[in-house]
Amino acid sequence: MNIDIPLIWAGVIAFGIFMYVVMDGFDLGIGILFPFFKERDKRDLMMNSVAPIWDGNETWLVLGGAGLFAAFPLAYGVVLSALYLPLILMLLALIFRGVAFEFRFKSKRSRPVWDLSFIFGSLVATFFQGVVLGAYINGFPVENRAFAGGPFDWLAPFPLFCGVALVVGYAMLGCGWLIMKTEGELQDKMFKLMPPLTIALGACIAIVSLWTPLAHEAIASRWFDLPNLLYFSPVPILVLASLAALLRSVRLKKDNQPFLLTLALIFLAYTGLAISLWPNIIPPAISFTAASAPESSQKFALVGVVVMVPIILMYTVYGYFVFRGKMKLGEGYH
Amino acid sequence: MFGLDALELARAQFAFTVSFHIVFPAISIGLASYLAVLEGLWLKTGRDVYLNLYRFWLQIFAVAFGMGVVSGVVMSYQFGTNWAGLSNAAGSIMGPLLTYEVLTAFFLEAGFLGIMLFGMNKVGKGLHFFATLMVAIGTLISTFWILSSNSWMHTPQGYELVDGVFYPADWWAIVFNPSFPYRLAHMAMAAFVSVAFIVGATGAWHLLKGRRSAEVKTMFSMAMWMALLAAPTQAVIGDAHGLNTMEHQPAKIAAMEGHWDTERGVDLLLFGIPDMQAETTHYAIGIPRLASLILTHDLDGEIKGLKEWAPEDRPNSTIVFWSFRLMVGLGLLMVLTGLISAWLRLRGQLYDARLFHRMALIMGPSGLIAVLAGWVTTEVGRQPWVVYGLLRTADADSGHSATQVGTTFALFVIVYFLVFGVGITYLLRMMRKGPKLKAVEHQTDIEGGPGRARTPSRPLSGASESDDRADSDEGDRHEH
Repeated sequence: MNIDIPLIWAGVIAFGIFMYVVMDGFDLGIGILFPFFKERDKRDLMMNSVAPIWDGNETWLVLGGAGLFAAFPLAYGVVLSALYLPLILMLLALIFRGVAFEFRFKSKRSRPVWDLSFIFGSLVATFFQGVVLGAYINGFPVENRAFAGGPFDWLAPFPLFCGVALVVGYAMLGCGWLIMKTEGELQDKMFKLMPPLTIALGACIAIVSLWTPLAHEAIASRWFDLPNLLYFSPVPILVLASLAALLRSVRLKKDNQPFLLTLALIFLAYTGLAISLWPNIIPPAISFTAASAPESSQKFALVGVVVMVPIILMYTVYGYFVFRGKMKLGEGYH
Repeated sequence: MFGLDALELARAQFAFTVSFHIVFPAISIGLASYLAVLEGLWLKTGRDVYLNLYRFWLQIFAVAFGMGVVSGVVMSYQFGTNWAGLSNAAGSIMGPLLTYEVLTAFFLEAGFLGIMLFGMNKVGKGLHFFATLMVAIGTLISTFWILSSNSWMHTPQGYELVDGVFYPADWWAIVFNPSFPYRLAHMAMAAFVSVAFIVGATGAWHLLKGRRSAEVKTMFSMAMWMALLAAPTQAVIGDAHGLNTMEHQPAKIAAMEGHWDTERGVDLLLFGIPDMQAETTHYAIGIPRLASLILTHDLDGEIKGLKEWAPEDRPNSTIVFWSFRLMVGLGLLMVLTGLISAWLRLRGQLYDARLFHRMALIMGPSGLIAVLAGWVTTEVGRQPWVVYGLLRTADADSGHSATQVGTTFALFVIVYFLVFGVGITYLLRMMRKGPKLKAVEHQTDIEGGPGRARTPSRPLSGASESDDRADSDEGDRHEH
C-alpha cells in the first residue's frame, strides 16, 4: 500500500492549527477576560498563569505557517495573499499582546497602557483569526496559481460573524483555564461567567452550522446527503451533549471539567469545519492534492515532523507539569 | 504612495520588518550562550557573582527574546502575504527548511524558556542549567536553518527548475549550499560579538559611575576577553565569506567596491560615491592594488567590474559600497577595542582606564549596527534577484496595490517604533540599573514561581518594581 504523504501533511497542518487554536486560544482568552477584573493582583495572577507557556503556544501558529509553506506552498501563497489585511492586523495585534507579557511588569506609570495593549491585542488578534477562518470557509477565487479576488473580500458578514464567534470561543477557553488554575473569588467569577459564554458559543456554532450549508451548496450536500447524514450526525449530537455537560459541571463547581469540555466543544466545531471543507486546502475548489509541494519536499519535512513532534509534545507536557497546580490569589507579588 | 511603486514598498516593508527583527535574535543568540556560560560557571564554582550576573542578563534576555518572537512571527507570514510569487516558486525548498527551524529550534527555545525564566525554584539547579542549555542550543539551531534558507537564495543548488517552480533534487546540496557555512559562521559570530560589546558597554557604564563590584568587573572583563578573541576571528571569517561571494556573486563584490571596469591590480577605495547612472565612482580615494590583494590574495589579481553586467542586472553600488565600509570600519574598531583591552589588562589597568571605558561604552551598539550594515550589504548586493540568477525580485511579490502595501507599511512603522522603541528603552533602563550588588540567597531554597509566595513570576518584574523610582542599584527582586 502506498503511503499518501499529502494526506498525512493535511493531517499535520490540521493538527498544528488545532493545537494553536486550543493553546493560544486560552491565553488569548485571558486577555479577552481581562476587562472583567480591575484589581491589579487578579490581573497579575491571570497573566502569570500563562506567562511561562504563551510563547510555546504561539509557536504552533508559526508551525502552521511554515508547514503550509513547506507542504502546500500554493495554498500558503494564495491564502495568505488573499487574507493580506486581516493577517497583518492579526500579527500586529499579537505584537501588542506578546510584548505586554514582558512590558506590563516593567512599569508602574505606564502599566494601564500595557493592560490595554494586552486586552486589545488579544481581542483584535482573536477577532481577525476568526475573520481569517470565515473568509477561508467562504473560499478564494484563484487564477494562474494566484489569488484573483479583491483586497476587501474578507469584509463580509460571514467572516465578521466568525470573528465574533471566535472571541466567544477563546473567552470560554480562557474562562475554563482560569477555573482550573485559580480558586476563591476569581474562580467564582469565572464560574458565573461560564454559563452565558457556553450559551453564546452554542448559539454561534448553531448559526455557523446553518449559515455554511445555506451559503455553500457543496457543504449542504456534504452534510445532508445520505449516507453522510448518518455518518456525521454524531458531531452535532456530541456538541449538544458537551454543552449540557458543561453547564452541569459549572453547576457542580467542578475544577477541571469546564476546561476539558470546552476543549471538546472546540474540537467538535473544528471537526465540523474539516468535514465541510474536505478535501480542499484552498476552498472552494483546490484540493490538498492539487496544491501539494513536490513529494521530495513533503517527505523531507515529514521526517522532521515524525521525529520532532513527539519530542516537542513531551517537553511541552513537561513544561505544563512544572507549572501545574492552582495559582494562589494574592500570593503573586504586591 | 510616497512616490514608490508597490514592489518598492513591499521591499521596503520587508527590509524594515526584518531589520527590526534581526536585532533581537542577534541579542538573544549571543546572550543565551553567555547565560549558559554564566550558569555553568556558577554551578562549577558556586560563586554568587556568576548567579547575580546570570539573573541580571536573564531579565534583559527575556525582553529581547520576547520582542524577537513577536517580530519573528511577522516574518514567517510575510513570505506568503507579501511574496506569494516567491512562495509559489521556491516554497518547496524554503518551506521545509523553515519547518525544520520551527520543529527543531522554536519549540525547543519556547519549551524551555518558561523553565529558564521561572523554573529555578521548581526544577533544581541541574535541570535548570539543562533548560538554559536547550534555549542556547535552540537559538543556534534556529540560526542554522534560517541561514541555510537565506544562503540557498544566494547560492541556489540541488534543485530542478520546471515551469518557473523549483523542485528539490538533493536536500544535502540545498542545505549545505556553497555560501551557507560562511554565512552561518559570520552571523553566529556576529551575534557573539554584538553581545560582547553590549555587555562590555554595560560594564563600562557602571565602572564610569564608580561601581566596582565583582559583578561589574567580571562582566566587563569577560566581555573584553570576548572582544579580543571574537572580533579578530570574525574578521577572518568575514574575509573568507568575501572570497566565497567573489566566487559566486562577483557582481555584488564589484558593487561593494564601487568598481566598474574589469581590471588587474585594483585599488581598494576608502572613499567614493558610486554613481549608477554615470557608471563611475566619483571622488574615489584608494590604496593601490589592495582590493586585488584582499580579494584574490594577489597584488595583480583580476576583479570583474560592474560593467560586465547589463544595467538591469546590477545591484545598487551606492548603497552597498557604504554599508560594507560601515561594517568593516566598525569591525576594525572592535578589533582595536579588544587589543587595547588586552594591553590595559597586561598593565593591570583594565578597570581604571576611564577613557577606554568611554570608548567601550560608545562601542556598545557597534556590533548590532555592523550586523545591520552587513545584511544590507549582502541583501541589496544580491538584487535584482531574490533567488540569485534565477528569480527576479520583481517576479516574486504578491501583486498587492501600492495603497495596500503602503498602508500596512505605515502601520508596521508606527507599531514597531512605538512598541519596540519602548522595549529598547526598557532594555537600556535595565542595563543602566545594573546587577544587584549584594549577595543573594540561593534560589533553590526559596519557595517561589508563578502563583507561589515570594517570587515575582516574571523575572523582569522584580527589577522593574523599582524602575519607576529613583535609579536604585539595590532593588531587591524579592521585595514585598
